[in-house]
Amino acid sequence: MTEQATQAGSGTPMVEMRGVNKWYGDFHVLRDIDFEVRRGERIVICGPSGSGKSTLIRCINHLEEHQSGEIVVGGIPLTQDVKRIEQIRRNVGMVFQHFNLFPHLTVLENCCLSPMWVQKKPRREAEEQAMRYLERVRIAEQARKYPGQLSGGQQQRVAIARSLCMHPEVMLFDEPTSALDPEMIKEVLDVMVELAKEGMTMLCVTHEMGFAKTVADRVIFMDQGQIIEENAPEPFFNDPQSERTQLFLSQILGH
Amino acid sequence: MPVRPKVHSLGPKPPFWRDRAKRALTFQLLLVAAVAAFLLYIIGNTQDNLAARGITTGFGFLTNTAGFGIVQSLIDYSSQSTYGRTFVVGLLNTLMVSALGILAATIIGFTVGIARLSPNWLIARLANAYIEIFRNIPLLLQIFFWYFAVLRAMPSPRDSMTLGEVAFLNVRGLFLPEPQFLSGFGFIPLAFGVAIVASIVLSIWNRRRHEATGKRLPAGWISLGLILGLPLLVLVVTGVPVTWDVPELRGFNFRGGFTVIPEFLALWLALSIYTASFIAEIVRSGIQAIPHGQTEAAQALSLPRNLVLRLVVVPQALRVIIPPLTSQYLNLIKNSSLATAIGYPDLVSVFAGTTLNQTGQAIEVITMTMAVYLTISLLVSMFMNWFNARVALVER
Amino acid sequence: MTIQHKMIAPRPAPRSTVGPLAWLRANLFSGPVNSFFTLLGLYLLYLLLTPTIQWAFLNADWIGTTRDDCSREGACWVFVSARFTQFIYGLYPRGEIWRVDVTFVTFAALIAWLALPRLPYKRWVAVAVLVVFPVFAYFMLYGGHFGLPLVETHRWGGLMLTLVLAVVGMVGALPIGILLALGRRSQMPIVKSFCVVFIEFWRGVPLITVLFMASVMLPLFMPTGVSVDRLIRAFIGITLFQSAYMAEVIRGGLQAIPRGQEEAAAALGMSYWMRMGLIVLPQALKMMIPGIVNTFISLFKDTTLVMIIGLFDLLGIVQAALSDSRWLGFSLEGYVFAAFMFWIFCFSMSRYSQYLERKLHTGHKR
Repeated sequence: MTEQATQAGSGTPMVEMRGVNKWYGDFHVLRDIDFEVRRGERIVICGPSGSGKSTLIRCINHLEEHQSGEIVVGGIPLTQDVKRIEQIRRNVGMVFQHFNLFPHLTVLENCCLSPMWVQKKPRREAEEQAMRYLERVRIAEQARKYPGQLSGGQQQRVAIARSLCMHPEVMLFDEPTSALDPEMIKEVLDVMVELAKEGMTMLCVTHEMGFAKTVADRVIFMDQGQIIEENAPEPFFNDPQSERTQLFLSQILGH
Repeated sequence: MPVRPKVHSLGPKPPFWRDRAKRALTFQLLLVAAVAAFLLYIIGNTQDNLAARGITTGFGFLTNTAGFGIVQSLIDYSSQSTYGRTFVVGLLNTLMVSALGILAATIIGFTVGIARLSPNWLIARLANAYIEIFRNIPLLLQIFFWYFAVLRAMPSPRDSMTLGEVAFLNVRGLFLPEPQFLSGFGFIPLAFGVAIVASIVLSIWNRRRHEATGKRLPAGWISLGLILGLPLLVLVVTGVPVTWDVPELRGFNFRGGFTVIPEFLALWLALSIYTASFIAEIVRSGIQAIPHGQTEAAQALSLPRNLVLRLVVVPQALRVIIPPLTSQYLNLIKNSSLATAIGYPDLVSVFAGTTLNQTGQAIEVITMTMAVYLTISLLVSMFMNWFNARVALVER
Repeated sequence: MTIQHKMIAPRPAPRSTVGPLAWLRANLFSGPVNSFFTLLGLYLLYLLLTPTIQWAFLNADWIGTTRDDCSREGACWVFVSARFTQFIYGLYPRGEIWRVDVTFVTFAALIAWLALPRLPYKRWVAVAVLVVFPVFAYFMLYGGHFGLPLVETHRWGGLMLTLVLAVVGMVGALPIGILLALGRRSQMPIVKSFCVVFIEFWRGVPLITVLFMASVMLPLFMPTGVSVDRLIRAFIGITLFQSAYMAEVIRGGLQAIPRGQEEAAAALGMSYWMRMGLIVLPQALKMMIPGIVNTFISLFKDTTLVMIIGLFDLLGIVQAALSDSRWLGFSLEGYVFAAFMFWIFCFSMSRYSQYLERKLHTGHKR
């Protein structure tokens, strides 16, 4: 066990999945998923496309519905109850591959929407808080612009700030840099590294192995809808156990 | 003296037929000449033809007595009225059937368009069937169907179909009770007005309060209650100061009450149903044009379903829907001219039809009729440009 | 901490989530509101379909020649079958009907050639449809040459006239539309404003006023003593009207072609008409086909308006047949038949254009 993992291991469970299964029609996308994320832990999930890694994190805030098994987020079990789903979503931020900012609202309005309507904050308070987070992602000067006027990297940083405005305890990242041009990837990763340093619980689906090596407590490798291997980053990259992991790593790091 | 900058020579001047600017100019002059020659030719011919037929040009005929009656008129009109008044009656009838048609088509169209996207398979299929059936049958055929096959096939006044012995439907039209207002009734529109003003004030106050404190009342429901409830309350308090003039069968027809002529009913039904099928398609594709990621992002921010629709999906969908929707409204207004086929007294029917036949002033009558539709089109496209400029998403 | 899991084989989904019962639950009865709407929908369907099926099929009369062969409990399709030839060919002389058949079979074959994917020589077939076929159709339908007796246009009618009007309007409108669209994009101010005014004028007025104009104003524009055939007048009105709508579809298609294409052609030294004819239009036309089919559908439905200026298209001839004293009271049958004919044509064309749109969209993805 690495030092990092030991520290994180002392936290209480933030997300728990027990025997989670999901099918799309007859296709078995998630097979007997069992895992646990402790408070403050940073986890990177990787694997070939179609391996179910996005589906897995999308089940956590119920953007996808699982058909069997148990998911508990921050002590609240995920059921069909709409109120409970909203309660969990308030606690879980999500950043998407294609940013999904609302194009008809300014950057600032994007960040204030949920605080004002869900947390019922006054506009002034919501805007002040939004500006603080926009400053943290270094984009405060663009607050009055519309998303269409920003570059991809800027949009993704706004999306991160928008999620943070809800004060989530967990952040889910669904391939946050895959839709970006190479020169913009770094500005987004920098923000994510800072967030990790501040102790945010994070689940990142990403192929950025450099990011995994520097900040992850654990790396999870998925293939064919199941968790094949999980380990601390150092042994994971230097001494992968399963053949599939070796093959995958040689493919993405090989050249 | 300032030194003139030295200009590089462009080389020898090309002959004028190879010079781009001169070529463009020549071409345009030729076009102007051709159009002018064509106009002169037809104007000359027209003058000869009119002289041969003994028709004097000009708009003087508008002050002549029309000498024919019109079955439905929003203003006073008799056969002693002038052709100018005929024009106004026709125009008002066109506007009335268009306005009511737009209202009904919008309601049906939005309902069917939203039903088309229902998660309920059967409802979605039924909505789809509606769209595919009605938009693929010519409008004129649908007007004929409602007029000749349905309304003209209604029983005679003696055997009218009736709803609670107050409303009657027969071959002569739809007969409805007409409200007669007694003294004291004035309080009811007053209460209605007060309720509307109160609702507006409430919604402004509610928005300010939401911005200032984050708290919010369900203002929509309260307003609805006010607007419906207050007039009703006043109605009861003042002792219902309304009597109804109920249509009654006298001899061969109904007297009293309020009559909707079958020509209007057929045209209105066909226009609404036909246009609604296009509106439904516009609404469906407008909502589907919003990427699913927008809904997911709003859900991930824990917005409840109604707020996802109200704050994220609907505002974006409306931008996509409104431009084609206005052009459907325009189509409906233009299509209302099919009234002439069943004799509903719209502008084309009483003016480009009867007036033209009686006076022979073809040029003036057709020009005036087209000018009306062109003006409406122009106004609508001005609105559309204004709207597009206002709501266009800011892109770089 | 290393965890290496064993591979898990895929299992079938639980019974509750797949199969017909799960489908019913997910799509029809997923909650009380949904179940209510399903039942309401079924009830509506029952209310609508039972009388319709009874009227149109179960109680209908199919065989016979006069109205006495009808029991009058359901639809009297005898009316339609007795009048069928007239509904299709109008008053075209019975002995010459083969000419109409040959013309339309030829047309259908050419169109099928164009519509079916993978057949070669599409460009030449398109030229044949636009240039050769109209001449051929004129000699076949109107006659007067090559030993074919002349058939006056007032004998034309029914579905045949509807198709002739729509096709002529379309074939005539296409070249005018292309010129107008190019003119509207031109940098020459007079040409541009002329085209804008022309297009917006026809798009701003109802077709019926255009037809009125063609039937009462056109004769005034002609030199004294020259009269124009009623059908030709309708052709002129419809073509002008249609060309404005066509121009807008073509303009949309032209806008979809990246500027780089024209610039590349200019860099290769091509003149304006070469750039348009060889590079831009061929690409744009392909993208315009769905739009062109859609305007054709509206034109096809709009041809019914010619009955107001006294021509007997399919709807006009059905309407005329309804006032025949031997067949009074069968308006429903007549309209249902006409509606069915129009619907078949329009629905299949709209399906075809949707198919093309889907094909275009997938073709443009990476």
